[in-house]
Amino acid sequence: MLSTRINTAVAGLQDWFNYRAKAFGPMYRKHMSEYWAPKNFNIWYYFGSLALVVLVNQILTGIFLTMHFKPSAAEFAPGISQAFASVELTIMRDVEWGWLVRYMHSTGASAFFIVVYLHMFRGLLYGSAQKPRELVWLLGMLIYLVLMAEAFMGYVLPWGQMSFWGAKVIISLFGAIPMIGDSLVEWIMGDYLPADATLNRFFALHVIALPLVLLLLVVLHLAALHEVGSNNPDGVDIKKHKDASGKPLDGIGFHPYYTVKDLFGVGFFLTICAFVLFFEPTVSGWFLEHDNFVAANKLVTPEHIKPVWYYTPYYAMLRVVPDKLLGVLTMFGAIAVLFFVPWLDRSPVKSYRYRGWLSKVLLGLFALSFLWLGKIGAGPGTDPVETIIGRVLTFIYFAFFITMPLWSKADATKPVPERVTMHD
Amino acid sequence: MANEGVNHGRRRFLTATTAVVGAAGALAAAVPFIKTWLPSAKARSAGAPVTQDISKIETGQMVITEWRGQPVWIIRRSPDQIKQLPSLNSRLRDPDSKNEDQQPKYAQNGYRSIKEEWLVMIGVCTHLGCSPKFHGEIKPEPFDAEWKGGFFCPCHKSRFDMAGRVFDGVPAPTNLKVPDYHFVDDHTLVIGVKPEGAA
Repeated sequence: MLSTRINTAVAGLQDWFNYRAKAFGPMYRKHMSEYWAPKNFNIWYYFGSLALVVLVNQILTGIFLTMHFKPSAAEFAPGISQAFASVELTIMRDVEWGWLVRYMHSTGASAFFIVVYLHMFRGLLYGSAQKPRELVWLLGMLIYLVLMAEAFMGYVLPWGQMSFWGAKVIISLFGAIPMIGDSLVEWIMGDYLPADATLNRFFALHVIALPLVLLLLVVLHLAALHEVGSNNPDGVDIKKHKDASGKPLDGIGFHPYYTVKDLFGVGFFLTICAFVLFFEPTVSGWFLEHDNFVAANKLVTPEHIKPVWYYTPYYAMLRVVPDKLLGVLTMFGAIAVLFFVPWLDRSPVKSYRYRGWLSKVLLGLFALSFLWLGKIGAGPGTDPVETIIGRVLTFIYFAFFITMPLWSKADATKPVPERVTMHD
Repeated sequence: MANEGVNHGRRRFLTATTAVVGAAGALAAAVPFIKTWLPSAKARSAGAPVTQDISKIETGQMVITEWRGQPVWIIRRSPDQIKQLPSLNSRLRDPDSKNEDQQPKYAQNGYRSIKEEWLVMIGVCTHLGCSPKFHGEIKPEPFDAEWKGGFFCPCHKSRFDMAGRVFDGVPAPTNLKVPDYHFVDDHTLVIGVKPEGAA
């Protein structure tokens, strides 16, 4: 009796809503219940949804951090700025549970890059950038670019030693540009060195401008994906075989099938994050560098300036090139070359499963060089042998992409199945 | 109004010119916003000259003062240190200070200063802006067995001699920068203002 009345009420409410928002139902079906995703997704397909989870975490924790953070380099006590005090004293010690929110945000930053790097590697592994998904790849690369700027500016905010000196080094990279370099650096900093003006504008960009851009790009990334449909570990087009109703035979509805699968992944992922959060939030200086627990001092350079781990492969490239301008160009070139992957990859098949040994070896070599460069960039950079190794690895990094049109086309392939290998 | 006889050429012309005028307006409106990022009047005035009493600085000693938020080194070089300078020329990238951006004309000489004894320099590495460390003694160092005194940057291993000249084969591209300065009298130095009559 009661249940019937509730059902009628709910149905009435649904009718009321659908009459006033006619486009909502079709939109929900297009993007959720009837977004036909290949049914053979494996573990590599967790990282897209995990990136979204981390983005939500960053926005939520970020909002609560802005409630206590003071973006000011003005003195709080001798040698300590308002910004540093608001993070290390107010948030970390005085505010109830403030330490948790701060560590969720700082751990989230590193977690973001871990899942994004794995997500990008998945793309290389299964040829996800190939036609017709070039736009998806380009939008993803733009997200990566904005994310790096966002993370850099966020790292400056606590105004510790590494915030200040990291900002100085990174901003002065723009000074290598001929003619306008010096004035550009002054314009970015709003002073003759990183100062209150710099901290304030980075705060504005970090909490308002870049998150808005990031959200827009994420929406476009997903919209572009849903236009062409997801790739899969076999790299076959599931739309070639549809049933009478037009549903791909090897496709399943994103909701509920993949929402449930992804929720399992989220649970697993958050467990790992919680461990970091509660037991090792700095990860021995990898997620939060020790020097950044010291207030910024513009007259004392830390013995060893290095960025956080997610930039170190590029930082290593900057350091092993003996010329300043060439070093900067190499570093930015390493990111720029990633944008061209959809056109560099000339392989007739998408997934590495159906490519020859050459592609597999080179992809492995590339991944190794990226990780090793990351290790070199995080080190002190005083070992001459390491500098030589760094140059070889930088060469491998670029050679992988520049010669990709040749080896991806020349490599042997295996016949690609008509349908995904897991179909019934 | 009737719809016949639409002049497409004229429509395209009007659309294009309107777009161009609109873009010019948007560009002009962007100028104030871009200019808000320039150093403010307060930041510019904080860049005012700095006066330093140098009467108490002993031979071989370095004093660090601050100008425009940057460390400025004032070093009273010993005769020994000065004597070594020409012997290093073959190991340097720009021994004759030919790069005119790195020092004012009046300091473009063998010791890169107005007075031989006094070295005044911005203590910021020309590579990526770290602050090099002062290693003034003439003795073998871990980073250079034939060290004649100078500066070593802990960030990326750049080395400079006792005139701030950069060694060959290090990441720093140029010699350390010499700011504008002048001596008011024998024991007063002003940083940020060039000597009277200097170009």
